[in-house]
This record gives sequence, C-alpha cells and structure tokens, in this order.
Amino acid sequence: MRRVSKAALTAALAATALTFSLAACSDDEGDKPDAAGSEVEVFTWWASGSEKLGLDALVKVFNTQHPDVKFVNGAVAGGAGSAAKELLQTRLQQKNPPDTFQAHAGAELTDYIKAGQLQDVSNLYDEFKLRDAFPADLVNRLTVDGKIYSIPSNIHRANVVWANPSVLTGAGLDATATYATIADWMTAMDKIKASGKTPLSVATTWTQVHLLETVLLAELGVDGYSGLWDGTTAWDGADVTGALTTFQKLMSYTNTDRDGLDWPEATQLVMDGQAAFNVMGDWAVAAFEEADKTAGTDFTYFPVPGTDGVFDFLADSFTLPVGAPHPDGAKAWLETVGSLDGQTAFNKAKGSIPARTDAKASDFSEYQQTAITSFGQDKIVSSLAHGAATPIAWLNKISEATSKFTTGATDLAGFQAELATAAQG
Amino acid sequence: MRTYKRWLPPLLLISPTLVLLSVFVYGLLAVNVQTSMTDNHTSAQAAGVEPSVFVGLQNYLDLLGSDSFQHSLKNLLLYTVVFLVGTMAFGFLWAWLLDRPMRFEGIFRSVYLFPMAVSFVASGVVWRWLLNSNQGEQASGLNRLFQIVGLDFLQNNWWNNNSVGITAIAIPAIWQLSGYVMALFLAGFRGIPEELREAARVDGATEWKLYRHVLFPQLGPVALSAVVIIGHMSLKAFDLIMAISKPANYQTKVPAIDMYQLKASFDYASSAAVGSILLVIVAVLIIPYLVHLAREGRR
Repeated sequence: MRRVSKAALTAALAATALTFSLAACSDDEGDKPDAAGSEVEVFTWWASGSEKLGLDALVKVFNTQHPDVKFVNGAVAGGAGSAAKELLQTRLQQKNPPDTFQAHAGAELTDYIKAGQLQDVSNLYDEFKLRDAFPADLVNRLTVDGKIYSIPSNIHRANVVWANPSVLTGAGLDATATYATIADWMTAMDKIKASGKTPLSVATTWTQVHLLETVLLAELGVDGYSGLWDGTTAWDGADVTGALTTFQKLMSYTNTDRDGLDWPEATQLVMDGQAAFNVMGDWAVAAFEEADKTAGTDFTYFPVPGTDGVFDFLADSFTLPVGAPHPDGAKAWLETVGSLDGQTAFNKAKGSIPARTDAKASDFSEYQQTAITSFGQDKIVSSLAHGAATPIAWLNKISEATSKFTTGATDLAGFQAELATAAQG
Repeated sequence: MRTYKRWLPPLLLISPTLVLLSVFVYGLLAVNVQTSMTDNHTSAQAAGVEPSVFVGLQNYLDLLGSDSFQHSLKNLLLYTVVFLVGTMAFGFLWAWLLDRPMRFEGIFRSVYLFPMAVSFVASGVVWRWLLNSNQGEQASGLNRLFQIVGLDFLQNNWWNNNSVGITAIAIPAIWQLSGYVMALFLAGFRGIPEELREAARVDGATEWKLYRHVLFPQLGPVALSAVVIIGHMSLKAFDLIMAISKPANYQTKVPAIDMYQLKASFDYASSAAVGSILLVIVAVLIIPYLVHLAREGRR
C-alpha cells in the first residue's frame, strides 16, 4: 500500500511539473531577439490563383528593392478571406499582430482604427510621395479624421456585367447591345428566359449583396448611393423602395441554386453558356482568361446598366498595426506596395489595376486598360459588398437582411425596414 | 497522518486535469457568461479601448425577441427532431436486422458504419452537390436522379426552403450517424444473455413477443445513451451546415452559426449570449442523463 501511494505521488508530481514546464515553454516562444527590420510577416488571404501570382510578383519586386529584409508569407487560405479575417481578429486581440496585413481599404478599416490597432501612415505617404501618385478622390476616401491608415496596392471595379455573346445571339439578341437602364436590361432577360437559359447568374449571399449594391447605384445615382453610407439618403425613402423592387425583379431572373454557389461557379455558368449575364467584380476577368476565353468573342463586359461613367471601387491595401514586431520591415514592404514597380508587377499578375495614376496602361491587358481609363475619368463610389462603404457589422446586417429577403422570409417592406434599422447601427 | 496519506495522492494525481478543467472549461464559461452580460458590441470595446458596462440580461432578451434568432432556434429544433428520429429509426432497424444470424454480417456492419469515418466537412462538399436545388432542365444531384428514375414529382429545392430547408441537411447527418447508433444497439442486443431468449422460447413466446417483451425493454439504457449522444451533436451542429450551405444563408441558420457571424461582426456580447443559450439547451438534455447515471451507479 505504501509503495503504491508513493508511486502515485511521484506520477502526480511529475504530471504537474510537466504541465507547468509546458506552459513555461510556450511563454518563451516568439521572444527571440531579432534585429528590427530583418524580416517582415505579410498577412494576406492571397493563397491561390491569380492572387497568389500577384503576391509572388510583388515579392519579387520587394526582394530586389529590399534585399536585406526577409519576406515571411503569412497567407491564410479559405473562405474568400473570411478564415484569414477570423485569425487576424484573434491575433490583434492578443496583441500579437503580423508586421503588416491586407485589408480592404475604406470603411472596413474603421473597426481596427476604433480598436486602436492601426498606426497612422500619413507620414509614409509624404515620405514615399504617394499623395500625388494616387488620385485625390481615392486618398480622400482613405482619409479618416485627417489620418490615413493603409496604402492601397490595387483597385478593383465591382459594377461590371460579364456576358456570353453566344447565349445572347441564341436568344435572338444583339450581342453587342448595351442597355441604358436596368429596365431595358430586364426586357432582354425576358427573351433569354424564353430561350431556356438562365438570364442572370448569381451565387451566395455576398454576391447577392454585390448585385444589390449595383442596383442601388443604378437607381439612386452617385450622390444618392453615397448618401446611403453617410446618412444623407434615407433608407426608408421611396427611391430606395423603387430600387429594391427592381432588385426583387432581377432576382427572379437568377438561378435557383444560387445559395449553394460561390462566385467562380456563378461566373462559370456564363462561361459554359448556361447563363447569359453575371454581375461580378473585375477579378472575374482572370477566371475567363484562365479558361482560355477571349474578350469580345467568348465573353463581353460592360458596366451594370445605369452605372455607366461610375467606378464602383474596392481596393486591397496594407497596414501598419500597432505593436508590429518589425516596423522597419513593414515600412519597407509598404514602400514596395506603393511603388510604381510593385504596383505594375502585382496588378499585371492579379488582373486588377494599379492605384497609381502614373502606371503605363500599355503594360496591361485589354480589360485592364479600359478599367484604367474609367478609373481616371469616372466618378468613384465605394463598394458595399467589399467593405469599402460600411464597417463589417453593418455589412453583416445588410447581408442577413438580403439573405432573408431572397429566400422569401421577408417581403419587400420588411426588407427595407431591416435595411433602415441596420443603418441606425 | 493516516488520512492525509489516503486523500492526498489521488488528489495530486487528478490535480492537473482539475486545474486545466477549471481554467479552460469552467473559468472560460464564467468569462463567457460575464461577457454576455455587457454591452460589448463593437471592435473598440472588444479590444478594451472603450469600456463595456454591465447590462444584465438585455442581450438575451434582445436575442430571444428577434425574428432572426427565433428562426435559428426553430431550425435547431427541426434539425434535432429529424436527425434524432432518423438516426434512431435507421440505427435500430439495421441493428435488428443484423442481430439475426445472417451471411455477410460483417460486411453489412462495415458498410453501415463507414460513413461515420468521413468528416462532416468532406461529406458536406459532396452532399452540397447532391442537394442542388435546381429543378427541371438544369437539375443535378438527387433532383436529376429523380428525373432519371421517373419520380419527377419528388424534385424539390432541398435546403433552400426557408421554413423546413434545414431538415434536408439532416439527411447527410442521418446517413453518417445511423451506423453509429446501429453499433450501439447491436452491442445492446449482443449484451442480452442467450439464456433469456431460450427461456422465452421455451415458454412459447413467438419471435415478435420475444422482441417486444424480452429484448426491447433491455435496450432502454442503450437507447437513452444514443439519444443523448446524437442529441447533443445535433445541438452543436455547425460544420455540416457550413460545408453544405454558407454561414450567411438565412434559411439554414442555427444558433452556432449566429455565434460565428456575431463574433465576426465584433459583437462579442451577443455572440457570448448565443453561446450561453446553447450551453443551457445542451445542459437541459445532458443533466437529467447524468443524474440518471449517478442514480444507477449508486444502486
């Protein structure tokens, strides 16, 4: 008996000691002394496809511009960035931030700014002479209370329709026609519906919100649309009711399996000739090109009807978190991100366009050239579905209301009331 | 001195577990409940830059009063009922069939058990395609199968039905876990001594009477365990729904999905409140079972 209890005692003590020593071990981790600036951990959700290619191209430029700084890839795959954002939120909460992270420029940064997790980088704008390189419209949009918290790496356009010309001609339509209003566009959709194809392909909730934003933009105009985000346009107004009615009608032209798809599958429907139109941001062009489709013959694109002359923008950007372990490394990275070489190399591979106005258009593909022209001359508005227009919580409320509406759980009045409530925060 | 030696070593032996449990389970439960009673609804409060104040049960009242959360609770109830009834029915049926002496029993047993080895996420990807909601010309998956075998009227939009769509997600769950329930019941059947069957037969019981009066009553504890295990799995349903549907899809929302979505919106207080509500629901199922087990043990 005595011996047994002694053995038990030893075992228990050993187990306890082990637990504590394990805890002590994990404390030491990450405290290794490192010369500041010797490396930079770049946190992104660019882990595959054209995004990965873009990142690789950017890293190549970075390595030539800053050969002394080691690039550490902190890319997290999954869920179009949602997995990365989850992890980022946790890391920032634990005060263990990466040296720099990717974020959509605009209102999506508000949450991090309010939480005191981002540093003002406006001095870097002066240092790297970025104020003149980016359009003033864009810099204004990034400025919060006189401070700028991120440096944009690329610009995307959200209000683009991708179409399959052979489906259009098959339905007896002119494949080169453009439509002045959504109403005209829906007249064409009636014909496509009659031909047995899906007139408009759409995917899960966020793509429906994406569609909704372009409808709001088309029906309310630039000022009315932008007013939704700063409170000058009333969500319960009659013009919003009109736009939502149009949205409801547009949704009736869409594929029934939408909620199970993500954007590549919806775009694929257009490529495969099962659907005529798809409203998606211009990252879709990379998907068409990957499938060896030629612009003009295999697919066409035009701004969402009613939004011609408007550039519904979203941008990826890089930040400098408070407490970044290697702030000098991060600054080196931000310099590359803002530089002409960096932006040209990155955007050529990713399919987006540079935020800098001095990039040579001839370096880019046919679609990108049209986007560069539009970005230079169009009115710029912020995208809702991609975090440029609203903070995350507001967007999530709009998404839930939209999903509720498109699955038939609310009627139009209920939908509008929920959108109005969401706007009150 | 004597008593000291009696209780100290065992206590030391379990102390690491005790410490870990009290910190990481019960301690965090307490933090969760505490968070759920504050107005911690923004990123600034979550990061501790702005203060949060105690609001009592306000978050719970707001949640339980909202249409959206009631919809989640209703979905959860529907899912649990269908999942439970389905697994119990199939599990019992298969166990009953396999209990009779038959050829290839081992093969059948493996076939029924195999789906359990697949992760919900992996099978969810396949089932998302099977449960495609397109009908008519563009149908695929099960709807296409119905067309091929001439049962067109069975086509439906599966989980995209706003009121009962969640029950479609219970189908893969039933497929995966019926085998497990079967194994439980089969063990239950095999645990009944052969003598009881023989005695019943000697007394002239028919095969049906034998099951009805001798075997089924002895399966009570097994059935209870199965209900508790399947029930609590169903209450925590998350991965399968994430794999088949999307978190933002209103029609397939359950409380665990809400918790995830609210957390992503920096609404930590409401997210914690959903967590607490889920805990209470699971506790309602588990505690009576534990009490029952404790009583059995004492007897």
